[in-house]
Amino acid sequence: MSIDKTPSIGLQKASGLFRRQIFIPLAALIVLILFNLIADPSFFEISYGTNSAGNPVLSGYLITILDNASELAILAIGMTLVTAASGGQDISVGAAIAISGSVVLRVLCGDNPRPDEMQASILTAFLISCVVSMLFGAFNGTLVAYFNIQPMIATLILYTAGRSIAAWINNNRLPIISDPSFGYFGTFIPGIPIPTPIFIAIICMAIIALVLKFTTLGLYAQSVGINPNSAKLNGINPAFIKFITYVIMGLCVAVAGFIKVTRFSTINYSVVALDIEMDAILAVALGGNALSGGKFSMVSSILGAYVIQFLTTTLFKFNVSSSALPAYKAVVVIVLVVLSAPTVRETLKKAWNRLRAGSPARKEA
Amino acid sequence: MKRMLLAFTVLLLSVMAVFAQGSAEGAADDGGLIRVGIINNDPNESGYRTANDADLKRVFNEENGYDASFYYSLRNDEQIAAAQLFVQDGVDYLLLSAAGTAGWDSVLQDAYDAGIYTILFDRTVDANPDLYVAEVVSDTNLQGQTAVDWLASQNLDEYNIIHIQGVMGSSAQIGRTDPLNAMVEANDNWNLVTQQTAEWNAETAQQITQAVIDSGTPFNVIYAENDDMARGAVAALDRANISHGVGGDVIVMGFDCNKWALEELLAGRWNYDGQANPFQADTIDGIIRDLENGIEPESKTIYLVEQGFDAATITQEDVDKYGI
Amino acid sequence: MQKDSVLEMRGIYKSFYSVKALQDVDFTLREGEIHALMGENGAGKSTLIKVLTGVYAKDEGQIFLKGHEGPVNIKSPEEAQKAGISTVYQEITLCPNLTVAENMYIGRERSPITNWRRMNADANRILEALAIPAKAQQQLGTCSIAVQQMVAIARAVDMECKVLILDEPTSSLDESEVSKLFKLMLDLKSRGVGIIFVTHFLDQVYEVCDRITVLRDGHLIGEYAIENMPRVDLVSKMLGKELDDLSEIKSGDEGESSYGEVIYEADGLSSTATRSPFSFSIHKGEVNGFTGLLGSGRSECVRAIFGADRVTSGKVHMDGHDIKVSKPRDAMKHGIGYLPEDRKKDGIVGDLSVRENIILALQVMKGFFGPISRAQAEAFADEYIKLLDIKTASTDTPIKSLSGGNQQKVILARWLLTNPQYLILDEPTRGIDIGTKIEIQKLVLKLASEGKSVTFISSEIDEMLRTCSRLIVMRDGKEVGELSGSDLTQSKIMNTIAGGAR
Repeated sequence: MSIDKTPSIGLQKASGLFRRQIFIPLAALIVLILFNLIADPSFFEISYGTNSAGNPVLSGYLITILDNASELAILAIGMTLVTAASGGQDISVGAAIAISGSVVLRVLCGDNPRPDEMQASILTAFLISCVVSMLFGAFNGTLVAYFNIQPMIATLILYTAGRSIAAWINNNRLPIISDPSFGYFGTFIPGIPIPTPIFIAIICMAIIALVLKFTTLGLYAQSVGINPNSAKLNGINPAFIKFITYVIMGLCVAVAGFIKVTRFSTINYSVVALDIEMDAILAVALGGNALSGGKFSMVSSILGAYVIQFLTTTLFKFNVSSSALPAYKAVVVIVLVVLSAPTVRETLKKAWNRLRAGSPARKEA
Repeated sequence: MKRMLLAFTVLLLSVMAVFAQGSAEGAADDGGLIRVGIINNDPNESGYRTANDADLKRVFNEENGYDASFYYSLRNDEQIAAAQLFVQDGVDYLLLSAAGTAGWDSVLQDAYDAGIYTILFDRTVDANPDLYVAEVVSDTNLQGQTAVDWLASQNLDEYNIIHIQGVMGSSAQIGRTDPLNAMVEANDNWNLVTQQTAEWNAETAQQITQAVIDSGTPFNVIYAENDDMARGAVAALDRANISHGVGGDVIVMGFDCNKWALEELLAGRWNYDGQANPFQADTIDGIIRDLENGIEPESKTIYLVEQGFDAATITQEDVDKYGI
Repeated sequence: MQKDSVLEMRGIYKSFYSVKALQDVDFTLREGEIHALMGENGAGKSTLIKVLTGVYAKDEGQIFLKGHEGPVNIKSPEEAQKAGISTVYQEITLCPNLTVAENMYIGRERSPITNWRRMNADANRILEALAIPAKAQQQLGTCSIAVQQMVAIARAVDMECKVLILDEPTSSLDESEVSKLFKLMLDLKSRGVGIIFVTHFLDQVYEVCDRITVLRDGHLIGEYAIENMPRVDLVSKMLGKELDDLSEIKSGDEGESSYGEVIYEADGLSSTATRSPFSFSIHKGEVNGFTGLLGSGRSECVRAIFGADRVTSGKVHMDGHDIKVSKPRDAMKHGIGYLPEDRKKDGIVGDLSVRENIILALQVMKGFFGPISRAQAEAFADEYIKLLDIKTASTDTPIKSLSGGNQQKVILARWLLTNPQYLILDEPTRGIDIGTKIEIQKLVLKLASEGKSVTFISSEIDEMLRTCSRLIVMRDGKEVGELSGSDLTQSKIMNTIAGGAR
């Protein structure tokens, strides 16, 4: 086939952008930014002040967005890998967060739900909750990878039972940690005006960036998700790769759960991180990743998470009435998800090409 | 095919486990004990439910002359199936806190025909009132009205209220929202700065409050429809160094009377907490004792006594007694 | 429109962005003829078919159909079907878990109520008339691939088609199945159906076709009556160059049995997929092959060598050591490479780029913590794209958008990159054009001359004869003979397959 070499480089770049996964979450973010900029430029103001404990804090919508999106961004990391390798989603993350948060509090509180001082170091509690979460992840992973159960069905078990398990871990009591240092992780470290969850999210992103760069996890997960037969014949163990992504998801859950409990130094088993799995799946979808698995873009998923929080905060800011809020959100989400579907991206690309180049060989029939 | 079968088996097993858990606490043969079947929502649902369940267990046990079987589910259809079993079992009383209002007619009719007294507690159902002897419920509208009256008694020049709602459509949300809406409608100096649902979630409440703070709109009242959401709102106030509670710039109001929330009141960091009384067991016990002696309750609907606590007047005793 | 033609396409143009897929192509199909549409991969055969069936909109040109006044405008496959144009694709597009009759009638119910009895009776009548060995109520998945293919044709025929398009229908059939299919085609031809037959197999073209239309690079090269078109001419028309005689690839080293030492030896090897244990060995620098009919167990044997299925017994000796191969990774560690039979199902990782597909096996060998850098991968990919002349827009192009032959080259590149001592190629030339086929055959011989050992499997016996110096003949999961030297003739192999040696 002969390839006409006329299109300019700029055009190719532009059509390349449409094909690039990151286009949709990026465009969504830009639209949200522009909308807010036009509606109320003060949206982007960041002010410096002190909180009631007298420590310096930065505040403003942008800080709020970055702060509150932290858990979602961390979960999007795990959800992206799980989706890529197993072609399905883990719907138990909200319930699993309740468990991991409950474990942290249980370790710190011991048998007394209102201890005056913590019974263990925060690090110990965090590490134990990581282990527990990874075990639950391993449970999900075993069902999916070795018993070949559909991910949604496999994780439905934990989704159903998780919050009861979380309550059972603390004997149905609501522990509260009064030591302020515990709250540093979910709010501010004295003297540092940026919310700590932002740092935790950045650390997680850095770690996953390093993992993807210095291991072959990304290639393996994609290969297994696209064609497990072929992956196997190239020496990859597809079941193990699927399994390991669920364990990584467990780790992400532990970190997100830790942030959740440190925000208020307590937990509410029934509502903590409620429905967050849906937002995490949405972040993956917004990032243009196929929910049926295969190729993924981690950056797009994470960006998707921030888009979701940006949207939520924008809706709060514009005081959309309670009953209408889900409708607004649904409309925006539908538009974004439709736009980020690969077929639509392809059509957009074509439209763009026609618009700019106007194929010379083409005549209307 | 094999995979689907396996998935189905696992699902089946987990469902069966739930049922087994529900019926494992079933009753032994009675020896002059009053047999009651109690259908409740999952005690893990909330602190309120935990306290409610504990209260029921405190009263309905063998020491008090009861042979009680408990069944928990957040799902209406499962509850109905459990009620059917209790009816077949031939319990003397059916105590019911329904997850949903619809679909109860036929099973309540069966119970009625079998001579079983049904007593609804906490939540009511859409069924012919003749089918049950009493309902012991909270008057959520009164809870809201008490709170709004208290707020009015503070005699502020202007009320700029951040109203954080529960899950839309729930009876607690409706009862706590309507009186406030009516007051805002009627008075020019009552304004809603924002009215949004945080779905009982502390973090969402924090975000809603944060959004108002970031916008710079002045406000002086947080009216949160439960304690968790009030806590979330207060976290946002603390972050912005806005004083609250007794003598502060912002009045904080919550509901449910969690123990920790009453302690906030006692410490003066919040101003008001409205009770949602989970302690229904004694009232139900009284109705059953009367029925055993042939006395029908005077009125079908029995409202629980519920009060509001003011930070200015609350005592440690109140905290211990009413905190859940 | 000519009197005896059922379909005429005139001056068809179609381009995708800047790529001109079809330029001024004419095509004429006469009543009751089998017309071969030939051309290399990328010549425009599929595009022409898709324009005809309404999958693509043509840019220019006209299509005439018998019984329609003036040019017709076909906008979708449904419209094509209504106009009497039916297509049967290479991959079965039916539902294996429905019955034969359901598959024949699915999606064309005239009313929402289905009369199952009548549907089954109708289906049986058609199956009988076409001598298709299937029953209406049989589940389609239980039929052989060939029968499924025939059911697809039966479905097309029953829709009263005047034009039947068969797009590579024979590539997954063995010889006896092909001949059954041909009987069916000839039967349809005698009923006046015009058949467009797209295939890579020259033998088959000469067996059943009446006329040939050749495309190359989107241009019409010509339309020829089969009797005026010698094979060599046809091939050179397709390739656009004179072809060195195919049989001359294998040069001089015939009869030279002085190979190096035995590099791989298996004794009593079996896996969960093999039907009985087998023994096998290969020398350094040798090319040998497994042959036999489809389903004779040849692929299962090589899969056992590579550890692709769970190995259940047997001793393996390689390079003078006893080794244990229980999974592909083990085989790879010992320098064995395996190009699987089913490229789409087991070979390519469709959405990944050409680059990632090339480095995949080497990457796995390097291990989880040793990713190949982007620059290094880029260099490897460029090297092999050049070496094997892989036609791809860039190293970033997803492999699934390449043509079959180029995909196969990428998989080949993947294994060459691992520098294996022993390479197993299972049907490396299936479904790819002649030019690439010859390149691959040459490459195999070149590898052998460099001292590597190759096991080559192909359904085409002459291809095996050209490349292999030793053939292991399989039948019903058992080795039934081993041929080498002067025994390597078409008739000898046929005899062995048919059951001479015992």
